[in-house]
Amino acid sequence: MKSVSLAKQRLSADPARSRAKGDVIHFEQVSKRYPDSHAGLSEIDLSLRQGEMAFLTGHSGAGKSTLLKLIGLLERPSGGQLRVLGRYLNRLAPRQVAAHRREIGMIFQDNRLLFDRNVFDNVALPLVIRGMAPREIARRVRAALDKTGLLHKERALPVTLSGGEQQRVGIARAVVAKPPLILADEPTGNLDPGLSRDIMALLDEFNQVGVTVLIASHDIELISTLGKRILVLEEGRLVYDTANPEGRHD
Amino acid sequence: MTDPRAWLGGAWRDARQALLRLARAPLATLTTSAVIGITLVLPLALYLVASHLRPLAGGWDEGASLSLFLRDTVADDALPTLRQRLLRLPGVAAVRIIDRAAALAEFRRYSGFGEALKLLPDNPLPAVLVVRPARDSDAQAIERLAARLRALPQVDQVQVDHAWLERLRALQHLLSRATWVLGALLGLAVLLTIGNTVRLEIQHRAEEIRVSKLIGASDGFIRRPFLYAGVWYGLFGAVIAWWLSTISLILIAPPLRELAGLYEYQTQASALSLGEFLALLGIGAALGLLGAWLAVSRHLREIEPD
Repeated sequence: MKSVSLAKQRLSADPARSRAKGDVIHFEQVSKRYPDSHAGLSEIDLSLRQGEMAFLTGHSGAGKSTLLKLIGLLERPSGGQLRVLGRYLNRLAPRQVAAHRREIGMIFQDNRLLFDRNVFDNVALPLVIRGMAPREIARRVRAALDKTGLLHKERALPVTLSGGEQQRVGIARAVVAKPPLILADEPTGNLDPGLSRDIMALLDEFNQVGVTVLIASHDIELISTLGKRILVLEEGRLVYDTANPEGRHD
Repeated sequence: MTDPRAWLGGAWRDARQALLRLARAPLATLTTSAVIGITLVLPLALYLVASHLRPLAGGWDEGASLSLFLRDTVADDALPTLRQRLLRLPGVAAVRIIDRAAALAEFRRYSGFGEALKLLPDNPLPAVLVVRPARDSDAQAIERLAARLRALPQVDQVQVDHAWLERLRALQHLLSRATWVLGALLGLAVLLTIGNTVRLEIQHRAEEIRVSKLIGASDGFIRRPFLYAGVWYGLFGAVIAWWLSTISLILIAPPLRELAGLYEYQTQASALSLGEFLALLGIGAALGLLGAWLAVSRHLREIEPD
Protein backbone atom coordinates (compact mmCIF):
# COMPACT_ATOMS: atom_id res chain seq x y z
CA MET A 1 0.00 0.00 0.00
CA LYS A 2 2.82 2.27 0.90
CA SER A 3 4.54 1.78 -2.44
CA VAL A 4 1.34 2.63 -4.27
CA SER A 5 0.99 5.95 -2.50
CA LEU A 6 4.66 6.63 -3.16
CA ALA A 7 4.14 5.97 -6.84
CA LYS A 8 1.17 8.34 -6.83
CA GLN A 9 3.27 11.00 -5.20
CA ARG A 10 5.91 10.57 -7.85
CA LEU A 11 3.28 10.87 -10.56
CA SER A 12 1.88 14.08 -9.19
CA ALA A 13 5.38 15.39 -8.57
CA ASP A 14 5.92 15.35 -12.33
CA PRO A 15 3.59 18.07 -13.57
CA ALA A 16 4.66 17.77 -17.21
CA ARG A 17 3.37 14.24 -17.53
CA SER A 18 0.53 12.60 -15.70
CA ARG A 19 -1.53 9.83 -17.22
CA ALA A 20 -3.79 9.75 -14.18
CA LYS A 21 -6.26 12.17 -15.77
CA GLY A 22 -8.57 10.41 -18.23
CA ASP A 23 -8.77 12.94 -21.07
CA VAL A 24 -6.45 12.54 -24.04
CA ILE A 25 -7.01 16.18 -24.98
CA HIS A 26 -7.92 18.84 -22.45
CA PHE A 27 -8.22 22.56 -23.29
CA GLU A 28 -8.79 24.97 -20.42
CA GLN A 29 -9.36 28.62 -21.37
CA VAL A 30 -6.80 28.17 -24.15
CA SER A 31 -6.09 31.18 -26.36
CA LYS A 32 -3.84 31.65 -29.31
CA ARG A 33 -3.08 35.14 -30.55
CA TYR A 34 -0.93 35.91 -33.55
CA PRO A 35 1.22 39.03 -33.65
CA ASP A 36 -0.55 40.34 -36.76
CA SER A 37 -3.87 39.76 -34.91
CA HIS A 38 -5.40 37.54 -37.60
CA ALA A 39 -7.77 34.83 -36.45
CA GLY A 40 -6.45 32.84 -33.52
CA LEU A 41 -8.35 31.08 -30.75
CA SER A 42 -10.08 32.56 -27.71
CA GLU A 43 -10.75 30.84 -24.39
CA ILE A 44 -11.32 27.32 -25.70
CA ASP A 45 -12.64 24.76 -23.20
CA LEU A 46 -12.69 21.29 -24.66
CA SER A 47 -12.04 17.69 -23.63
CA LEU A 48 -11.66 14.50 -25.63
CA ARG A 49 -11.73 11.20 -23.77
CA GLN A 50 -9.57 8.29 -24.72
CA GLY A 51 -11.12 6.34 -27.61
CA GLU A 52 -13.36 9.21 -28.65
CA MET A 53 -13.81 10.38 -32.23
CA ALA A 54 -14.85 13.95 -32.99
CA PHE A 55 -15.15 16.33 -35.91
CA LEU A 56 -14.04 19.92 -35.75
CA THR A 57 -15.87 22.15 -38.20
CA GLY A 58 -16.45 25.77 -39.09
CA HIS A 59 -15.69 28.21 -41.88
CA SER A 60 -12.18 28.56 -43.12
CA GLY A 61 -10.31 30.89 -40.79
CA ALA A 62 -12.46 29.85 -37.82
CA GLY A 63 -9.42 28.33 -36.14
CA LYS A 64 -9.70 24.60 -36.95
CA SER A 65 -6.12 24.26 -38.14
CA THR A 66 -4.83 26.42 -35.31
CA LEU A 67 -6.51 24.15 -32.78
CA LEU A 68 -4.91 21.04 -34.34
CA LYS A 69 -1.55 22.78 -34.52
CA LEU A 70 -1.70 23.52 -30.78
CA ILE A 71 -2.28 19.83 -30.07
CA GLY A 72 0.63 18.76 -32.28
CA LEU A 73 2.79 21.56 -30.87
CA LEU A 74 3.27 23.21 -34.24
CA GLU A 75 2.15 26.28 -32.32
CA ARG A 76 2.30 27.16 -28.64
CA PRO A 77 -0.76 28.47 -26.80
CA SER A 78 -0.63 32.14 -25.77
CA GLY A 79 -2.79 31.57 -22.69
CA GLY A 80 -4.76 28.99 -20.75
CA GLN A 81 -3.76 25.43 -20.09
CA LEU A 82 -3.48 22.65 -22.64
CA ARG A 83 -2.91 19.03 -21.70
CA VAL A 84 -2.47 16.36 -24.38
CA LEU A 85 -1.68 12.70 -23.63
CA GLY A 86 -0.79 13.71 -20.08
CA ARG A 87 1.65 16.41 -21.10
CA TYR A 88 1.17 20.04 -20.16
CA LEU A 89 2.09 21.60 -23.46
CA ASN A 90 2.50 25.16 -22.14
CA ARG A 91 5.58 24.11 -20.23
CA LEU A 92 6.98 21.40 -22.47
CA ALA A 93 10.70 21.88 -23.12
CA PRO A 94 11.64 22.24 -26.81
CA ARG A 95 13.62 19.00 -26.80
CA GLN A 96 10.52 17.08 -25.65
CA VAL A 97 8.49 18.23 -28.64
CA ALA A 98 9.71 15.40 -30.89
CA ALA A 99 8.73 12.72 -28.34
CA HIS A 100 5.29 14.33 -28.09
CA ARG A 101 4.77 14.32 -31.84
CA ARG A 102 5.78 10.66 -32.06
CA GLU A 103 2.63 9.83 -30.09
CA ILE A 104 0.38 11.60 -32.56
CA GLY A 105 -0.45 10.43 -36.06
CA MET A 106 -0.98 13.51 -38.21
CA ILE A 107 -2.85 13.54 -41.51
CA PHE A 108 -2.90 16.57 -43.81
CA GLN A 109 -5.07 17.80 -46.62
CA ASP A 110 -2.05 17.91 -48.93
CA ASN A 111 -0.83 14.61 -47.43
CA ARG A 112 2.78 15.87 -47.05
CA LEU A 113 4.33 12.78 -48.65
CA LEU A 114 7.97 12.74 -49.74
CA PHE A 115 7.77 12.56 -53.50
CA ASP A 116 11.29 11.27 -54.07
CA ARG A 117 10.53 8.07 -52.12
CA ASN A 118 8.23 5.20 -52.84
CA VAL A 119 5.13 4.31 -50.87
CA PHE A 120 6.93 1.83 -48.65
CA ASP A 121 9.65 4.31 -47.64
CA ASN A 122 7.09 7.04 -46.95
CA VAL A 123 5.09 4.82 -44.64
CA ALA A 124 8.26 3.49 -43.00
CA LEU A 125 9.49 6.96 -42.00
CA PRO A 126 7.86 7.10 -38.53
CA LEU A 127 9.42 3.71 -37.72
CA VAL A 128 12.81 4.66 -39.14
CA ILE A 129 13.00 7.72 -36.90
CA ARG A 130 12.35 5.40 -33.95
CA GLY A 131 15.43 3.38 -34.91
CA MET A 132 13.41 0.19 -35.42
CA ALA A 133 15.07 -2.89 -36.97
CA PRO A 134 14.51 -3.18 -40.76
CA ARG A 135 12.66 -6.51 -40.52
CA GLU A 136 10.22 -5.14 -37.94
CA ILE A 137 9.75 -2.02 -40.07
CA ALA A 138 8.89 -4.12 -43.14
CA ARG A 139 6.38 -6.17 -41.17
CA ARG A 140 4.59 -3.13 -39.75
CA VAL A 141 4.64 -1.14 -42.99
CA ARG A 142 3.01 -4.05 -44.86
CA ALA A 143 0.41 -4.35 -42.12
CA ALA A 144 -0.43 -0.63 -42.42
CA LEU A 145 -0.50 -0.80 -46.23
CA ASP A 146 -2.71 -3.86 -46.06
CA LYS A 147 -5.10 -2.03 -43.77
CA THR A 148 -5.29 0.94 -46.15
CA GLY A 149 -5.59 -1.28 -49.24
CA LEU A 150 -2.27 -0.27 -50.79
CA LEU A 151 -0.20 -3.41 -50.36
CA HIS A 152 0.17 -3.84 -54.10
CA LYS A 153 1.50 -0.28 -54.48
CA GLU A 154 4.40 -0.40 -52.04
CA ARG A 155 7.04 0.14 -54.74
CA ALA A 156 5.10 2.93 -56.49
CA LEU A 157 6.17 6.57 -56.32
CA PRO A 158 3.49 8.89 -54.86
CA VAL A 159 3.14 10.88 -58.12
CA THR A 160 1.86 7.76 -59.87
CA LEU A 161 -1.01 7.43 -57.38
CA SER A 162 -4.46 9.02 -57.46
CA GLY A 163 -5.43 11.66 -54.89
CA GLY A 164 -7.36 9.14 -52.82
CA GLU A 165 -4.47 6.68 -52.86
CA GLN A 166 -2.02 9.39 -51.83
CA GLN A 167 -4.27 10.25 -48.91
CA ARG A 168 -4.33 6.57 -47.93
CA VAL A 169 -0.53 6.53 -47.93
CA GLY A 170 -0.66 9.54 -45.62
CA ILE A 171 -3.04 7.67 -43.34
CA ALA A 172 -0.88 4.54 -43.40
CA ARG A 173 2.09 6.70 -42.37
CA ALA A 174 0.05 8.25 -39.55
CA VAL A 175 -1.05 4.90 -38.09
CA VAL A 176 1.98 2.70 -38.76
CA ALA A 177 3.56 3.44 -35.37
CA LYS A 178 0.21 2.81 -33.60
CA PRO A 179 -0.15 6.23 -31.98
CA PRO A 180 -2.85 6.68 -29.32
CA LEU A 181 -4.08 9.88 -31.01
CA ILE A 182 -4.76 10.72 -34.65
CA LEU A 183 -5.24 14.29 -35.89
CA ALA A 184 -6.50 14.90 -39.41
CA ASP A 185 -6.67 18.35 -40.98
CA GLU A 186 -9.18 18.35 -43.87
CA PRO A 187 -8.20 14.81 -44.92
CA THR A 188 -10.90 14.75 -47.61
CA GLY A 189 -10.43 18.33 -48.79
CA ASN A 190 -9.29 17.35 -52.26
CA LEU A 191 -11.41 14.24 -52.73
CA ASP A 192 -14.79 13.57 -54.28
CA PRO A 193 -17.70 12.54 -51.98
CA GLY A 194 -17.30 8.79 -52.55
CA LEU A 195 -13.59 8.76 -51.74
CA SER A 196 -14.21 11.12 -48.80
CA ARG A 197 -16.66 8.64 -47.32
CA ASP A 198 -14.09 5.82 -47.71
CA ILE A 199 -11.41 7.87 -45.94
CA MET A 200 -13.75 8.71 -43.04
CA ALA A 201 -14.74 5.06 -42.77
CA LEU A 202 -11.07 4.10 -42.62
CA LEU A 203 -10.43 6.59 -39.82
CA ASP A 204 -13.51 5.24 -38.05
CA GLU A 205 -11.96 1.76 -38.17
CA PHE A 206 -8.91 2.99 -36.26
CA ASN A 207 -11.22 4.61 -33.76
CA GLN A 208 -12.97 1.24 -33.33
CA VAL A 209 -9.74 -0.25 -31.95
CA GLY A 210 -9.40 2.47 -29.33
CA VAL A 211 -7.47 5.25 -31.05
CA THR A 212 -8.65 8.77 -30.22
CA VAL A 213 -9.40 10.62 -33.46
CA LEU A 214 -9.93 14.35 -34.05
CA ILE A 215 -10.74 15.44 -37.60
CA ALA A 216 -11.02 19.00 -38.86
CA SER A 217 -13.39 19.20 -41.80
CA HIS A 218 -15.63 21.86 -43.34
CA ASP A 219 -17.71 19.16 -45.06
CA ILE A 220 -20.74 19.47 -42.74
CA GLU A 221 -22.88 17.44 -45.10
CA LEU A 222 -20.60 14.41 -44.82
CA ILE A 223 -19.78 14.54 -41.12
CA SER A 224 -23.35 15.09 -39.98
CA THR A 225 -24.25 11.68 -41.41
CA LEU A 226 -21.56 9.84 -39.43
CA GLY A 227 -23.16 10.17 -36.01
CA LYS A 228 -20.01 11.33 -34.24
CA ARG A 229 -19.38 14.24 -31.90
CA ILE A 230 -19.18 17.56 -33.75
CA LEU A 231 -17.45 20.70 -32.49
CA VAL A 232 -18.16 23.99 -34.24
CA LEU A 233 -15.67 26.84 -34.25
CA GLU A 234 -16.54 30.39 -35.20
CA GLU A 235 -14.02 33.21 -35.24
CA GLY A 236 -11.73 31.42 -32.86
CA ARG A 237 -14.44 30.41 -30.37
CA LEU A 238 -16.05 27.07 -29.72
CA VAL A 239 -19.74 27.85 -30.35
CA TYR A 240 -21.32 24.41 -30.44
CA ASP A 241 -20.57 20.91 -29.16
CA THR A 242 -22.99 18.04 -29.85
CA ALA A 243 -21.77 16.33 -26.68
CA ASN A 244 -22.82 19.35 -24.65
CA PRO A 245 -25.63 21.12 -26.58
CA GLU A 246 -26.79 23.16 -23.60
CA GLY A 247 -23.30 24.30 -22.67
CA ARG A 248 -22.39 27.92 -22.42
CA HIS A 249 -21.05 28.75 -25.86
CA ASP A 250 -21.07 32.45 -26.48
CA MET B 1 18.08 2.08 -27.70
CA THR B 2 21.04 1.52 -25.40
CA ASP B 3 22.32 -1.67 -27.05
CA PRO B 4 25.74 -0.55 -28.44
CA ARG B 5 25.60 -3.12 -31.23
CA ALA B 6 22.24 -1.83 -32.42
CA TRP B 7 23.57 1.71 -32.16
CA LEU B 8 26.65 0.84 -34.23
CA GLY B 9 24.50 -0.96 -36.77
CA GLY B 10 22.29 2.10 -37.03
CA ALA B 11 25.31 4.40 -37.34
CA TRP B 12 26.74 2.28 -40.15
CA ARG B 13 23.35 2.23 -41.88
CA ASP B 14 23.13 6.03 -41.68
CA ALA B 15 26.72 6.44 -42.92
CA ARG B 16 26.04 4.12 -45.84
CA GLN B 17 22.83 5.91 -46.72
CA ALA B 18 24.63 9.26 -46.67
CA LEU B 19 27.26 7.73 -48.96
CA LEU B 20 24.62 6.36 -51.34
CA ARG B 21 22.99 9.77 -51.47
CA LEU B 22 26.32 11.37 -52.41
CA ALA B 23 26.87 8.66 -55.02
CA ARG B 24 23.57 9.57 -56.63
CA ALA B 25 25.04 12.96 -57.59
CA PRO B 26 28.58 11.84 -58.48
CA LEU B 27 29.61 14.98 -60.34
CA ALA B 28 28.58 17.38 -57.58
CA THR B 29 30.19 15.14 -54.96
CA LEU B 30 33.40 14.89 -56.95
CA THR B 31 33.53 18.65 -57.51
CA THR B 32 33.11 19.45 -53.83
CA SER B 33 35.62 16.79 -52.84
CA ALA B 34 38.11 18.08 -55.41
CA VAL B 35 37.79 21.63 -54.06
CA ILE B 36 38.45 20.31 -50.57
CA GLY B 37 41.33 18.17 -51.83
CA ILE B 38 43.01 21.06 -53.65
CA THR B 39 42.58 23.24 -50.58
CA LEU B 40 44.17 20.60 -48.38
CA VAL B 41 47.04 19.79 -50.72
CA LEU B 42 48.83 23.12 -50.31
CA PRO B 43 49.55 22.86 -46.58
CA LEU B 44 50.18 19.16 -47.12
CA ALA B 45 52.86 19.88 -49.75
CA LEU B 46 54.49 22.46 -47.48
CA TYR B 47 54.50 19.93 -44.70
CA LEU B 48 56.19 17.37 -46.95
CA VAL B 49 58.89 19.80 -48.09
CA ALA B 50 59.50 20.91 -44.51
CA SER B 51 59.78 17.31 -43.34
CA HIS B 52 62.30 16.60 -46.10
CA LEU B 53 64.45 19.54 -45.04
CA ARG B 54 64.34 18.56 -41.38
CA PRO B 55 66.87 15.68 -41.56
CA LEU B 56 68.96 17.86 -43.84
CA ALA B 57 69.38 20.49 -41.14
CA GLY B 58 69.46 17.94 -38.36
CA GLY B 59 72.20 15.93 -40.04
CA TRP B 60 74.51 18.91 -39.68
CA ASP B 61 74.20 19.13 -35.95
CA GLU B 62 77.57 17.45 -35.76
CA GLY B 63 78.89 19.39 -38.69
CA ALA B 64 78.74 22.86 -37.18
CA SER B 65 82.45 23.52 -36.99
CA LEU B 66 85.18 26.12 -36.74
CA SER B 67 88.05 26.03 -39.18
CA LEU B 68 91.27 27.39 -37.72
CA PHE B 69 93.70 28.40 -40.48
CA LEU B 70 97.13 28.38 -38.88
CA ARG B 71 100.05 30.66 -39.58
CA ASP B 72 102.82 29.38 -41.90
CA THR B 73 105.20 29.45 -38.94
CA VAL B 74 103.44 26.55 -37.27
CA ALA B 75 105.25 23.31 -38.10
CA ASP B 76 103.32 20.13 -38.82
CA ASP B 77 104.84 18.32 -35.84
CA ALA B 78 103.55 21.04 -33.48
CA LEU B 79 99.97 20.28 -34.51
CA PRO B 80 99.24 17.37 -32.10
CA THR B 81 100.35 19.46 -29.10
CA LEU B 82 98.17 22.36 -30.21
CA ARG B 83 95.28 19.92 -30.69
CA GLN B 84 95.70 18.67 -27.10
CA ARG B 85 95.63 22.26 -25.83
CA LEU B 86 92.49 23.08 -27.72
CA LEU B 87 90.74 19.93 -26.49
CA ARG B 88 91.14 21.19 -22.92
CA LEU B 89 89.26 24.41 -23.69
CA PRO B 90 85.64 24.50 -22.49
CA GLY B 91 83.08 24.05 -25.23
CA VAL B 92 85.32 22.01 -27.53
CA ALA B 93 84.15 18.53 -28.35
CA ALA B 94 86.69 17.38 -30.93
CA VAL B 95 89.58 18.67 -33.00
CA ARG B 96 90.63 17.25 -36.33
CA ILE B 97 93.99 17.97 -37.86
CA ILE B 98 94.33 18.70 -41.55
CA ASP B 99 98.06 19.23 -42.10
CA ARG B 100 99.34 21.09 -45.14
CA ALA B 101 99.84 17.98 -47.25
CA ALA B 102 96.32 16.74 -46.47
CA ALA B 103 94.92 20.18 -47.19
CA LEU B 104 96.61 20.17 -50.55
CA ALA B 105 95.36 16.70 -51.38
CA GLU B 106 91.80 17.69 -50.42
CA PHE B 107 92.03 20.86 -52.45
CA ARG B 108 93.27 18.95 -55.48
CA ARG B 109 90.43 16.52 -55.21
CA TYR B 110 87.59 19.05 -54.89
CA SER B 111 88.67 22.24 -56.60
CA GLY B 112 89.62 21.04 -60.04
CA PHE B 113 92.74 23.22 -59.90
CA GLY B 114 94.98 20.22 -59.31
CA GLU B 115 96.99 20.73 -62.49
CA ALA B 116 97.50 24.41 -61.78
CA LEU B 117 98.79 23.65 -58.30
CA LYS B 118 101.50 21.47 -59.75
CA LEU B 119 102.99 24.58 -61.27
CA LEU B 120 103.55 26.15 -57.87
CA PRO B 121 106.90 25.53 -56.26
CA ASP B 122 105.54 25.26 -52.69
CA ASN B 123 102.36 24.15 -51.07
CA PRO B 124 100.50 27.46 -50.61
CA LEU B 125 97.92 26.06 -48.24
CA PRO B 126 97.98 26.51 -44.47
CA ALA B 127 97.42 23.71 -41.98
CA VAL B 128 93.93 23.64 -40.62
CA LEU B 129 92.45 22.51 -37.30
CA VAL B 130 88.75 21.75 -37.51
CA VAL B 131 87.18 22.33 -34.12
CA ARG B 132 83.82 20.80 -33.37
CA PRO B 133 82.04 22.71 -30.60
CA ALA B 134 80.26 20.87 -27.79
CA ARG B 135 76.86 19.61 -28.82
CA ASP B 136 74.89 22.02 -26.62
CA SER B 137 76.64 25.13 -27.98
CA ASP B 138 74.32 27.78 -29.32
CA ALA B 139 75.32 30.42 -31.85
CA GLN B 140 76.57 32.79 -29.14
CA ALA B 141 78.71 30.16 -27.46
CA ILE B 142 80.25 29.33 -30.83
CA GLU B 143 80.98 33.01 -31.44
CA ARG B 144 82.67 33.30 -28.03
CA LEU B 145 84.75 30.22 -28.75
CA ALA B 146 85.72 31.64 -32.15
CA ALA B 147 86.89 34.91 -30.56
CA ARG B 148 88.98 33.02 -28.06
CA LEU B 149 90.58 30.87 -30.75
CA ARG B 150 91.21 33.87 -32.95
CA ALA B 151 93.31 35.34 -30.11
CA LEU B 152 95.74 32.38 -30.18
CA PRO B 153 99.16 33.38 -31.64
CA GLN B 154 99.29 30.34 -33.94
CA VAL B 155 95.94 31.13 -35.52
CA ASP B 156 95.78 33.27 -38.60
CA GLN B 157 92.07 33.12 -39.32
CA VAL B 158 88.91 31.47 -37.92
CA GLN B 159 86.06 30.57 -40.12
CA VAL B 160 82.73 29.70 -38.55
CA ASP B 161 80.94 27.18 -40.70
CA HIS B 162 77.50 27.39 -39.21
CA ALA B 163 76.09 30.55 -40.78
CA TRP B 164 74.58 28.68 -43.72
CA LEU B 165 73.23 26.13 -41.29
CA GLU B 166 71.52 28.88 -39.30
CA ARG B 167 70.03 30.16 -42.52
CA LEU B 168 68.79 26.73 -43.43
CA ARG B 169 67.29 26.30 -39.98
CA ALA B 170 65.63 29.70 -40.23
CA LEU B 171 64.24 28.75 -43.61
CA GLN B 172 62.97 25.51 -42.23
CA HIS B 173 61.42 27.33 -39.29
CA LEU B 174 59.69 29.66 -41.68
CA LEU B 175 58.48 26.71 -43.72
CA SER B 176 56.99 24.85 -40.78
CA ARG B 177 55.42 28.03 -39.38
CA ALA B 178 54.00 28.79 -42.82
CA THR B 179 52.63 25.24 -42.94
CA TRP B 180 50.69 25.87 -39.75
CA VAL B 181 49.41 29.30 -40.68
CA LEU B 182 48.45 28.22 -44.17
CA GLY B 183 47.04 24.99 -42.78
CA ALA B 184 44.84 26.92 -40.36
CA LEU B 185 43.62 29.32 -43.05
CA LEU B 186 42.93 26.61 -45.58
CA GLY B 187 41.37 24.41 -42.90
CA LEU B 188 38.95 27.29 -42.40
CA ALA B 189 38.35 27.32 -46.16
CA VAL B 190 37.55 23.59 -46.05
CA LEU B 191 35.18 24.23 -43.15
CA LEU B 192 33.36 26.90 -45.13
CA THR B 193 33.25 24.78 -48.30
CA ILE B 194 31.71 21.83 -46.50
CA GLY B 195 29.45 24.10 -44.47
CA ASN B 196 28.14 25.72 -47.62
CA THR B 197 27.62 22.40 -49.41
CA VAL B 198 25.71 21.03 -46.43
CA ARG B 199 23.67 24.23 -46.20
CA LEU B 200 22.57 23.81 -49.82
CA GLU B 201 21.75 20.18 -49.15
CA ILE B 202 19.65 21.20 -46.14
CA GLN B 203 17.73 23.70 -48.28
CA HIS B 204 17.30 21.08 -50.97
CA ARG B 205 15.80 18.67 -48.45
CA ALA B 206 13.75 21.24 -46.54
CA GLU B 207 10.44 19.46 -47.15
CA GLU B 208 11.85 16.15 -45.97
CA ILE B 209 13.13 17.86 -42.83
CA ARG B 210 9.74 19.49 -42.23
CA VAL B 211 7.90 16.19 -42.61
CA SER B 212 10.43 14.42 -40.38
CA LYS B 213 9.89 17.04 -37.68
CA LEU B 214 6.14 16.71 -38.09
CA ILE B 215 6.19 13.01 -37.37
CA GLY B 216 8.43 13.50 -34.37
CA ALA B 217 11.97 12.90 -35.60
CA SER B 218 14.46 14.03 -32.99
CA ASP B 219 16.98 16.76 -33.80
CA GLY B 220 19.71 14.13 -33.66
CA PHE B 221 17.96 11.98 -36.25
CA ILE B 222 17.57 14.93 -38.61
CA ARG B 223 21.13 16.11 -38.05
CA ARG B 224 22.82 12.75 -38.56
CA PRO B 225 22.70 12.30 -42.36
CA PHE B 226 24.17 15.78 -42.88
CA LEU B 227 26.96 15.14 -40.40
CA TYR B 228 27.80 11.87 -42.14
CA ALA B 229 27.78 13.66 -45.50
CA GLY B 230 30.25 16.20 -44.08
CA VAL B 231 32.53 13.41 -42.87
CA TRP B 232 32.40 11.71 -46.28
CA TYR B 233 33.25 14.97 -48.06
CA GLY B 234 36.20 15.45 -45.69
CA LEU B 235 37.44 11.90 -46.27
CA PHE B 236 37.12 12.16 -50.06
CA GLY B 237 38.91 15.52 -49.96
CA ALA B 238 41.73 14.03 -47.88
CA VAL B 239 42.16 11.13 -50.32
CA ILE B 240 42.23 13.53 -53.27
CA ALA B 241 44.76 15.72 -51.42
CA TRP B 242 46.93 12.66 -50.80
CA TRP B 243 46.72 11.69 -54.45
CA LEU B 244 47.55 15.23 -55.64
CA SER B 245 50.44 15.52 -53.19
CA THR B 246 51.92 12.25 -54.42
CA ILE B 247 51.79 13.49 -58.00
CA SER B 248 53.24 16.87 -57.01
CA LEU B 249 56.02 15.16 -55.14
CA ILE B 250 56.97 13.15 -58.19
CA LEU B 251 57.11 16.42 -60.13
CA ILE B 252 59.26 18.28 -57.61
CA ALA B 253 61.50 15.32 -56.76
CA PRO B 254 64.32 16.13 -59.28
CA PRO B 255 64.86 19.77 -58.18
CA LEU B 256 64.50 18.72 -54.54
CA ARG B 257 67.24 16.12 -55.03
CA GLU B 258 69.34 18.77 -56.70
CA LEU B 259 68.90 21.14 -53.76
CA ALA B 260 69.73 18.39 -51.30
CA GLY B 261 72.73 17.45 -53.43
CA LEU B 262 74.08 21.00 -53.10
CA TYR B 263 74.13 20.42 -49.38
CA GLU B 264 75.77 17.03 -49.94
CA TYR B 265 72.73 15.36 -48.57
CA GLN B 266 70.88 12.38 -49.95
CA THR B 267 67.10 12.55 -49.86
CA GLN B 268 64.30 10.48 -51.22
CA ALA B 269 61.11 12.29 -52.18
CA SER B 270 58.96 9.86 -50.22
CA ALA B 271 55.21 10.17 -49.95
CA LEU B 272 53.27 10.14 -46.68
CA SER B 273 53.85 7.35 -44.21
CA LEU B 274 50.86 5.25 -43.21
CA GLY B 275 50.57 7.14 -39.93
CA GLU B 276 50.65 10.50 -41.71
CA PHE B 277 48.08 9.27 -44.23
CA LEU B 278 45.75 8.21 -41.43
CA ALA B 279 46.30 11.56 -39.73
CA LEU B 280 45.38 13.29 -42.99
CA LEU B 281 42.17 11.23 -43.19
CA GLY B 282 41.46 12.10 -39.58
CA ILE B 283 41.93 15.81 -40.21
CA GLY B 284 39.70 15.63 -43.30
CA ALA B 285 36.97 13.78 -41.42
CA ALA B 286 37.18 16.16 -38.46
CA LEU B 287 36.98 19.24 -40.68
CA GLY B 288 34.03 17.67 -42.53
CA LEU B 289 32.20 16.89 -39.31
CA LEU B 290 32.83 20.35 -37.87
CA GLY B 291 31.82 22.14 -41.08
CA ALA B 292 28.63 20.11 -41.34
CA TRP B 293 27.92 20.65 -37.67
CA LEU B 294 28.22 24.43 -38.03
CA ALA B 295 25.89 24.44 -41.05
CA VAL B 296 23.40 22.08 -39.42
CA SER B 297 23.20 23.94 -36.12
CA ARG B 298 22.68 27.21 -37.98
CA HIS B 299 20.18 26.15 -40.60
CA LEU B 300 18.15 23.21 -39.25
CA ARG B 301 16.48 25.49 -36.72
CA GLU B 302 15.20 27.67 -39.54
CA ILE B 303 13.18 24.81 -40.99
CA GLU B 304 10.11 24.23 -38.86
CA PRO B 305 6.89 22.54 -39.92
CA ASP B 306 4.01 24.92 -40.64
